[in-house]
Amino acid sequence: MSMFKIFDVAGSGMAAQSLRLNTVASNLANADSVSSTPEGAYRAKEPLFAAVQRAMGGTGNADGDSAVGVQVKGVTESQADVQARYEPGNPMADGDGYVYGSNVNPIDELVNMISASRSYQNNVEAMNTTKQLMLKTLDLGK
Amino acid sequence: MSSINDNLFGLHTQALDLWQRRSEVLASNLANADTPGYLARDVDFKKALASASGQSDSLPLTITQAGQINPQAQGTQQLAYRVPSQPSMDGNTVDAQAEQASFAANGVHYQASLSFITAQIHMLRTAITGGQ
Repeated sequence: MSMFKIFDVAGSGMAAQSLRLNTVASNLANADSVSSTPEGAYRAKEPLFAAVQRAMGGTGNADGDSAVGVQVKGVTESQADVQARYEPGNPMADGDGYVYGSNVNPIDELVNMISASRSYQNNVEAMNTTKQLMLKTLDLGK
Repeated sequence: MSSINDNLFGLHTQALDLWQRRSEVLASNLANADTPGYLARDVDFKKALASASGQSDSLPLTITQAGQINPQAQGTQQLAYRVPSQPSMDGNTVDAQAEQASFAANGVHYQASLSFITAQIHMLRTAITGGQ
């Protein structure tokens, strides 16, 4: 029954979106982290998604490429500038009295969070519908 | 058995197979709603059903040697790319709302095909038992 492929596809989508939620949580938690060097400052993490064409869930048959899952290619770091703040009283301050904050933009992160949560829900709905259809198919002829 | 199947259930077995494949394609679109550069796809149901039932205008490919790919099994040739309703900066053409609507409609169509087959099975059972 090739409908099982939908579970693989939707599952890969849910895994990717939950990783995105994970990076959002990590970025928001570290929004106020400071460092004594610009290099050591926290940079916002961003996941990189790609469509994966391999036959999902088993044999590489001819109709395998109608099911396309999501693959997380990796997690990149935002290249936006880190902000230097003059806080001579901060124990993390460097010789000139500066600390370097993160380059996390909380608005971006919140938008990402909403988008990821909606996409996750879409995949859950697709999975639920498929499950119901499969159960109906099992009842065929009754 | 296959001839009984064909006579009894008509197009509905092929239709069921196509609805199932279409739900797979739509689920892929939904899963890749945030993948940069992903192009949404859909099944051209009319063409696919015509070619599955052997009523297509185009000349079908045949298998002349063992080991060749069965063109009937390769449903992907009916896959077409969606025309995007609005452009996006990352090149993704998935419209999640449209895909959701198609997915829901597809599920209802699948159930309709299922109930046609169920009705035929009931009819056959009535004929076998003589209505008792």
